[in-house]
Amino acid sequence: MAEVRIPIGPQHPALKEPERFMITVEGETVVDADIKIGHIHRGIEKLAETKTYVQNQYLTERICGICSFTHTTNFCQVTEYVLGTDPPPRGLYLRTLVNELERIHSHLLWLGVAGHEMGFDTLFMYSWDDREIVQDILEHLTGNRVNYAYNCVGGVRRDITDAQKQMIIRGMDALLERMDYYVKVALNEKTILKRTQGVGILTTEDAKRLCAVGPRLRASNVKVDVRKDDPYAAYGELPFEVITSDTLDVHAQVVVRALETVESIKMCKYMMQNLPAGEIRVKVPKKVGPGEATSHTEAPRGEDIHHLRANGTDKPERLKVRAPTLANILNVQHTLKGANIADIPLVVAGIDPCMGCMDRVLIIDKDRETSKVWEKEELRKYSIEWYEGEPHR
Amino acid sequence: MLDNLVKWSRVKSPWVLHFNSGSCNGCDIEILAALMPRLDAERFGVLLQGTPRHADVLVCTGPVTAQMKDRLIRIYEQMPEPKFVVVCGECGISGAVFDGCYNVEGGIDKVIPVNAYIPGCPPKPEAILDGVVKLLTALKEG
Repeated sequence: MAEVRIPIGPQHPALKEPERFMITVEGETVVDADIKIGHIHRGIEKLAETKTYVQNQYLTERICGICSFTHTTNFCQVTEYVLGTDPPPRGLYLRTLVNELERIHSHLLWLGVAGHEMGFDTLFMYSWDDREIVQDILEHLTGNRVNYAYNCVGGVRRDITDAQKQMIIRGMDALLERMDYYVKVALNEKTILKRTQGVGILTTEDAKRLCAVGPRLRASNVKVDVRKDDPYAAYGELPFEVITSDTLDVHAQVVVRALETVESIKMCKYMMQNLPAGEIRVKVPKKVGPGEATSHTEAPRGEDIHHLRANGTDKPERLKVRAPTLANILNVQHTLKGANIADIPLVVAGIDPCMGCMDRVLIIDKDRETSKVWEKEELRKYSIEWYEGEPHR
Repeated sequence: MLDNLVKWSRVKSPWVLHFNSGSCNGCDIEILAALMPRLDAERFGVLLQGTPRHADVLVCTGPVTAQMKDRLIRIYEQMPEPKFVVVCGECGISGAVFDGCYNVEGGIDKVIPVNAYIPGCPPKPEAILDGVVKLLTALKEG
């Protein structure tokens, strides 16, 4: 059967964010997939060099709207490492609390989107409705629903009252009850089982080889979690399990995320019951460095890395960010091969892609932008000519 | 009479295309949150569409990046007349925090004409719903 190429995107109904796929199919089966990213590359890393550390707290927050807190945590941590400051324990607990609340909201969001991709819109509506419980807590705690502006270098910006503590515990209890239902749905519901079992299988070896991160890696039965392996903030003091699954497919990801949410809810409750007293932040100097440091955190989507080089002024010399989706997009191309056309959205949505995060680090060739999609042969010809023309390397 | 019928149907069921031209995702999830059970924008007839050819209202989020500029124009041109553009979020209005990025052109209105702005970073779902209602009221009156 002849091969057919299907272009998808950058504007497409499957995801809310732009990216382009060139799918080569034979009949119903995908034989090759080409993913073009970088549509919403803005140049945040360069911009960070022109802003002060205080301004950069707000800029890094806007790298991604869903995992905004993990980016600020990372940025504040990396600055604290260079400065050699230790935030007070209460500040660290509150930082961890918002990190976990963010994970709960992100995983519920993903559960809804995955439900939507498999045509299970009831789940979409249910989980987004329950997500509002977390969003309300976040709004009470920080003042905003998405970009919280809660973190700062040296601690957090707002303290928590006893009434808020009780509100969080009440909210977590309500969510825990709902999660029982979602875990039951994830394990038993026929629609989910039929659409996700055996779809998008990534073996343990492939997951390691392609450097998968986060829930995708844990769904491939690799027990890696930054929170456990290299505890930051208050994670070293919290009891929790790292969830893995050995079925390797999209269903494994649904289960891993659902059970991880339960763990996060329990952690939030534990933190509220064992919150240390004291200050929430320490004063830090405006000028940082000189020095260099790397920090990594477990974002809802996987390992997120920030690297900072400071030169003793109030602006960073270089800030490098590696968001989890960039690490995960490699395995999407791999898992798409052999899938049915109908499974493409689910496989892609499986890693919980976040283009806002990923699209900072790419080099865009504006000249090539205008050209058509190339066939492989054209590309081969181009590459030969390109190398013949002048010795680039 | 036919005009009234067309206007009535337009006001009662605006179909929306949501387009991210460089946003951080914050506005996108808040737009979805506005469509979710708590606020339920669908009760105003708002329906999210997958293709520009079926859409009456283009909801844009984020600043315009160099890559998305041409595509935004193309999507705007594919929409049937009369079409309306709503910009959601601060960076779609002026570039906001991304102002000065080498790959950012600025606000949406530098590229296509805009009918309504919803400020906020990101705007709360209530604000988005308010923007939708305001646009519908304006449509009804003129």
